[in-house]
This record gives sequence, structure tokens and C-alpha cells, in this order.
Amino acid sequence: MDLIYILQQLLNGLQLGFVYALIALGYTMVYGIVRLINFAHGDVFMVGAFVSFFAISSFQFSGFIGFVETMLLAMLACAVLGVVIERLAYRPLRNAPRIAALITAIGVSIFLEYFGSLNFVFGPNYRSFPRPFEVQTWDVGGLRISSIQVIIIAVALLLVVALQLFVQRTRIGMAMRAVAFDHDTARLMGINVDFIISVTFAIGSALAGAGGLLFAIAYPTINPFMGIMPGLKAFVAAVLGGIGIIPGALLGALIMGQAEVLTGSVLSSVRDIVAFGILIIVLLVKPTGILGKRVTEKV
Amino acid sequence: MKAARLLLPLVVVLAVYAVLQILFMTEVLNAYWEKIFSLSAFVTICCLGLGIIYGFTGQFSLGHAAFYGIGAYSAALFTKALQVDSALGFLVAILIGGASAGLVGFLIGLPILRLRSDYLGIATLGFGVMVKTGLDNTDGLAGLLGGDLLGGARGMTGIPPLASFTWAFGFLVIAVIVLRNFVYSNLGRACLAIREDEIAADVMGVNTTRYKTIAFVIGCAYAGVAGALYAHFYRFLHPSNFDFLKSVDFLMVVVLGGLGSITGTVIAAVGWTFLLEGLRFVLPSNLLDFRMVIYPLILIAMMLLRPRGLFGGNELGPLKPPIDEPQPKASEARSPGVTA
Repeated sequence: MDLIYILQQLLNGLQLGFVYALIALGYTMVYGIVRLINFAHGDVFMVGAFVSFFAISSFQFSGFIGFVETMLLAMLACAVLGVVIERLAYRPLRNAPRIAALITAIGVSIFLEYFGSLNFVFGPNYRSFPRPFEVQTWDVGGLRISSIQVIIIAVALLLVVALQLFVQRTRIGMAMRAVAFDHDTARLMGINVDFIISVTFAIGSALAGAGGLLFAIAYPTINPFMGIMPGLKAFVAAVLGGIGIIPGALLGALIMGQAEVLTGSVLSSVRDIVAFGILIIVLLVKPTGILGKRVTEKV
Repeated sequence: MKAARLLLPLVVVLAVYAVLQILFMTEVLNAYWEKIFSLSAFVTICCLGLGIIYGFTGQFSLGHAAFYGIGAYSAALFTKALQVDSALGFLVAILIGGASAGLVGFLIGLPILRLRSDYLGIATLGFGVMVKTGLDNTDGLAGLLGGDLLGGARGMTGIPPLASFTWAFGFLVIAVIVLRNFVYSNLGRACLAIREDEIAADVMGVNTTRYKTIAFVIGCAYAGVAGALYAHFYRFLHPSNFDFLKSVDFLMVVVLGGLGSITGTVIAAVGWTFLLEGLRFVLPSNLLDFRMVIYPLILIAMMLLRPRGLFGGNELGPLKPPIDEPQPKASEARSPGVTA
């Protein structure tokens, strides 16, 4: 294995890691604010990929503008979906035992997968995803960099930075941090907790929608069950970095991406074992995740 | 008085068994239904195991199907490799299934049971995915075992047909009795104390690590026994039968029945198996695709209407606590705002 090969694999890992990061952010935000493992999040990601698919194939979106239009549409659709799921399925259970909400989340997940598989919705088959732009590849000293990789990394970085600024610098972001810290106190401070939770679901789901489009561009086959594994791994990534912490989700996702691609390049059949093995070891050494502190600031 | 307490349930159990067996023999219920009844017994045993871990001890597990799979594969490997065809050999195989799942549960439980609530769930989820991936890649073991016995991702075939409805029913009854006696023993009391408040239990002198591990190992052994029975009834094992979704199935049953309720778990497990199969008959053939759409909707509706499960920690008949005392309450997770 020469250096270029290793660098190439690192680059591929980076591409996968940034897609995971977009999904992991939604997990981490929702967990931070309502302490719920939102298992339906991976399926929101799947819906994002399908919305992109229909946008590109029916509106003939193409080129860079088309890509942006597709992404905005997917993000909007997923944001609406996330808010609706929260309103109908999770909000009535906010004061029930947490396990009830978790089971409901799994129910929503199964519903989205199988409802999506119905013939008049998305259909059960694998579909090949039309890329809105031509793929270009540049050769940098033997390292092959594709336009897909550049776009994924650029878009994901942009969204992560925007999210971090939003959470840290705006009034709504401050309210989100307050609600994550303590619902009741936040309500006493005049914060509309329900609204803030809806906003959190909207933002998290929109990021998953963007992730769905980017994932489909990079690995262009989609089906209604495509969200399960990336969803699980992104969730693991969020835990790895320290759940509830935005930079932690990014860090965890990048580690997961690298672990998966690097072990995949050696022995592809065991890559899930390595990825989840890392998770268990990290949990045992530092249960709150890599960036987690004993008293964490959450969103 | 004590004899009378035990006599009635014994008669009921024997009557249920006799009626079902007569219905199967006279073919009022065909072989398909015998399969469904047996399957519901396997699912129930496995869910009772998860009930010990989660319902009674409060340790969240999202990887129970892994132990079901370990039990199934190890028992099947034993009978297939040694060409077992006697009932005694099968009994040994079932014990091997239970013991191997229990042993793996001990080895993995010892380190990860230190984790709390969601983190434990995630660690067990990770372990479940690792076992499933491992079962997918057993081809490398073919040399070690002297032949392709486990079948890897193609699935394991050629398992001798040793199990029957009688085995399933018998082990289900044993599982319920053992669990009932466990729950009302000192051991079970310690587990309940851990579920209600781990720190308080620790302060009261309960060795929490010890009892959590005991509960976890017993729960895993239940899953292993259920897996061993399943393997010899269906005679085909595939790694995808033991994936994350199967773990979720078991968890749903335990929660639907009501955490910390043996009665609820049994009813929910049987009801759930029959609901899934029953939808095949109720739905017209052109709407069969909707089966898996209706199922999560029922699940969500159940959770919204009865968030504490069907029985909410209560029991029926002989499963009630042996002396008059307040019923153990299902652990009540506080609202997120309060716990933060």
C-alpha cells in the first residue's frame, strides 16, 4: 500500500464521513433537546433522497443551480416531514415513559420504510439516481479528486458552520440551548418550548434531507430501506463524539467514515464489526463520548 | 390453600395444551397454524428473557436478537455436526444454546453493564450488529469446523427436525415458572430495586454489578433456549433473522405487554405474532403490501393510547405476588425536562 492509495482512501472516508455528519447532527440535536433516539431520522434521510430523485427527474433540474434547487426542495420537504412526525407521534408522549416515545420512533421508522415501498409511493425497487451535474475528476499528484467529493465536503462544512453559528449566535439558538438544558426553567423564562422543539426537528430533518441528496449523488442507488444503515452509523457517530454536542457529531462522523472506508479497503466484510467495535470501546472508556464533559452544554 | 392455588393453573395449562394438540391432530388447525403457535412460544420465551433484563432490572437492551441467534446457531451446530436424532440429544442441544448465549452475555455484559440507560442500549445495539455481521461471515470458520456447517450469508441448512409444538409449549411453561420464582426471590427483589433506583439500591447494600450481570445472563440464556428451539423447528437459519429489527420486535413486545409484567409479556408476544400473521388473512390479496404499513400504525396507536403497556406492571392469576402487598410499579421514566 503506497501513500497515494492511503491518501485516496482517507479522501473517500472524508466524503462518507461528511454525509454521516449531516445525519448525525439531526440525531444529536433531537437527542439533546428531548432525550429521544429518533430512529425515524434515517428514514427522513431516505425521503430526502427520494424527493431529490423526483425533483431532478420531473423538474429536469440540472447544473449547479439545479443542484442547489434540488437541495433546498429536499431540505424543505424533510423539514416539514420532521415537524409533522414530532407533532403527531412524539409530542403526545412527551410526559410518558421515554421508552414509549422510543418505540413510537421505531414505529414511525418502519412506517416510513414500508409506506415508501408501496407501489404508488416510491416503490420497493432499487432506482438509479440521476446526477444533476456531470462528474469531473481532477488529478492532483496522483490523487484523484472528484467534483462529488468537493461538493459534499463544501456543502456539509457550510451547513455545519451555519448550524453552529445559528445555535450559538441567534436568539432562537439560545432558546434551543436553554430548552436542552431544562424544559421547565426555559418555559419560566418565557420560551415557547413546543415551538423551539419544532424548530429543532425542522433543522435536524432539513440537514438529513441535504444528506440524503449528497449520499445519493455519491452512491447513486436509492431504495426505501437505504436509510437504516447510514442512520444507525450516524447515530453511533453522534454518540461517539458526545451526543448533544454539534462539533462532536462532526468529529464522530469523520471517525466513523474513516473507520469504515479504511477497514473496507482491507477486508470489506468486517467493516461494520470494526465501526461498532470502536463504538463499544469508546463508550467503555468515556461513556459521554469523545468531546463529552460531565456537565455538557447540549443542543 | 396452597395446593388449590397451584392446581387451577396447572389444569388450565394442561387443558390449553390438550385442546391445541387435539386441534392439530384432527387437522382443524393445519401445520401452518402449528408453526405459528410454536413460533409464538419461541418469541414469548425470548421476550421473557428481555423482560428479565429490561422489564425487571431496567437494563435497556437493543441487541437481544443477537443472543437468540447465538443460541440458535450454537445448538444447530451441535446437532448438525454430531447428527443428533434423539430427544435427549436435543435437550443437550437446547442447554448448549442457552449456555452459550448466557456465556456470551456474561462476557459482554460484565464490561457494558456499567453503562446507563440509553448508552447501554447503544452498546447492545452495536454488539447486535457485530454478531449479525459475524454470522454473515462464518465462511472463514469452515476449515476450523471441518466443513461448511454454518453457511455464512447463504443461511444454515440441514438442521435435524427435532422440535415440535410439545417442546415449544413445554419450555414456555418452564420459562414462565422459572421467571415467576426468580422475580419473587431475593434475587428478583434486588433486580427490582436496581430498576427503581440504581443508586438507592447501591446505597442499601445491593451489589448492583452482580445482580445486573445475573439478570443479564439469565435473560440471554432464555433467548438462547428460544433460539435453539427455533432452529430445530424451522431448520433454516439466516443471519438476517437475528438483526436489529428482530431485537426491536422483542423490545416492542416487552414494552407493549407492560414493563415488569410476565402476564403482559406472554399476552403481547402471542398477540403480536398472531396479529402479524392474522393480517395476512384479513387483508385482501391486493392490499397485502399494506401489512407492514398497518403494523407500525397499530404500534404507534398502542403507544399513544397505553404508553405504559397493556398490563403496566400488573399480573394475573398465579403470577401475582405470593403475599398481599402493593404491586411493583413499572419504572416511570421522568419527563425529559425533569431529568436534565
